[in-house]
Amino acid sequence: MLSLTLTGLKLRNPLILAAGIMGTTGGSLRRIADSGAGAVVTKSLGIEPKSGHPNPSMVEVDCGYLNAMGLPNPSYKNFQQEIDIARAGGVPVIASIFAGCALDFSEIAHGLDADAFELNVSCPHAHGYGSEIGTDPTLVEDITKAVKTATDAPVWVKLTPNVIDITSIGLAAQHGGADAVVAINTVKGMAIDIESGYPILGNRSGGLSGRAIKPVAIKCVYDLYDALDIPVIGVGGISDWKDAVEFIMAGAMAIEVGSAVGNNVNIFKDISSGMEAFLAKKEWTINDIYGMAHRI
Amino acid sequence: MRPVNAQITKIVEETPATRTYFFDASFKPEPGQFVMVWIRGVDEIPMALSYDNAITVMNVGPATSALFGLGEGDSIGIRGPFGNGFRIKGDNILLVAGGVGAAPLSPLAGKANSKGIKVTTLLGARTKEELVFRERFEAAGKVLVATDDGSIGKHGYVTQLVDEQDDYSQLYCCGPEIMMKKILDKVEPGKAQFSLHRYIKCGIGICGACCVDGLRICKDGPVFTGEVLRKSEFGVYSRNERGEKVKV
Repeated sequence: MLSLTLTGLKLRNPLILAAGIMGTTGGSLRRIADSGAGAVVTKSLGIEPKSGHPNPSMVEVDCGYLNAMGLPNPSYKNFQQEIDIARAGGVPVIASIFAGCALDFSEIAHGLDADAFELNVSCPHAHGYGSEIGTDPTLVEDITKAVKTATDAPVWVKLTPNVIDITSIGLAAQHGGADAVVAINTVKGMAIDIESGYPILGNRSGGLSGRAIKPVAIKCVYDLYDALDIPVIGVGGISDWKDAVEFIMAGAMAIEVGSAVGNNVNIFKDISSGMEAFLAKKEWTINDIYGMAHRI
Repeated sequence: MRPVNAQITKIVEETPATRTYFFDASFKPEPGQFVMVWIRGVDEIPMALSYDNAITVMNVGPATSALFGLGEGDSIGIRGPFGNGFRIKGDNILLVAGGVGAAPLSPLAGKANSKGIKVTTLLGARTKEELVFRERFEAAGKVLVATDDGSIGKHGYVTQLVDEQDDYSQLYCCGPEIMMKKILDKVEPGKAQFSLHRYIKCGIGICGACCVDGLRICKDGPVFTGEVLRKSEFGVYSRNERGEKVKV
């Protein structure tokens, strides 16, 4: 009932584990696959091993979560076996990758065997990477083009909301040959400990995820659906089936779940059964609700 | 939750390398739960609560070294308590503690004893001076000691003392991973619980940095049954802050 083909990949449902969540070990990716996700995305992988920012690197705030992990990863060179372990779960495994230039992006995509690549040009708290690249349409187009040349696998480009017009970046990805865009990465944010005046995050500031950013993400997905010809994958603050339905109505062909996995590892099963019951009650198919908000 | 401000009210030197920091905030933890301790401007690290309002720390790295530089009246930030602690099972329990692994086990000893459960503790350390919380365990029941240098008790590892104890209803273990793995290989896995340590980033089950295979130390643990651990990379690999595999 929920199965679909997304950028050539067959998914049993449109619910995908977001990058940076339970994505460091093959075993944890496999666990999420086994718990009902339609696909899983790895932790972002770079050229060399990276330690990330000092802790605190994630903290719960009133309306969501702030994080500044700093792209910790063992390098793509040490990650193929984790992908292979995750793949035994029987769902597509998407490698999230980051780099500082097109050449390095290409090296990683060429060196990894994954079902698709998600280009992280949107992490808001790593100097020289992420949104420092992903706010420049020319760089996004060049990098997308380079990765498309380096691999036959589908290429998704994950966008930052920390721009004036996200559709210009989405169009750049599309011009570069992207098979889909993923929107949104976290929204720049900060919290300060009033007892001491210290910024709480070790990196001082970071990115906001969770409930608070859902309306921001819905608007981005809505605009991207209008502007682009390639599919939009929605992410940002999804914590139940109603959120997932809302994203699909905004124009997301699939959705990713991140922070909400922390309190409910079985969230993918919960969302898919909730969506199925809702669609059955309404006598709608998933195609009926895809982009529905644009047609009424 | 944001970090709660906790002022250090008392510092007790437990051993030459280990100190207990009491603070003015109480967390009502289950024995075995942990908190994230933020030494502002330095780092945030996971620590077991050794009392409702205290952590017991061995000086092993930059963060604990910074903590050792703090005095009474100084403040730290604390998030927690997090994770799942020890589950008390049966009426005759055996605790196996290595070094500062005694920290999460000592409140368990007190709680079990207050419920009328028979508590036996096997306490190990490098030397006599490094035995942590011996008096607290003795107040809860019988204590057998092992030291690496033989300065008191059995000359050798605490793991060797387990052989002589087989009539317990449940075994609880915390210490260096190699020691815990030895215990796991020795006992009936369904009758044993282990408190694990890993590099923890978020502390709230989201990022996955602390995963042992698919198990999140911070959320599913830090206490696991032997049955769960037997099929995992526990005792074989851990992962560093970059997610690289490191041999235990």
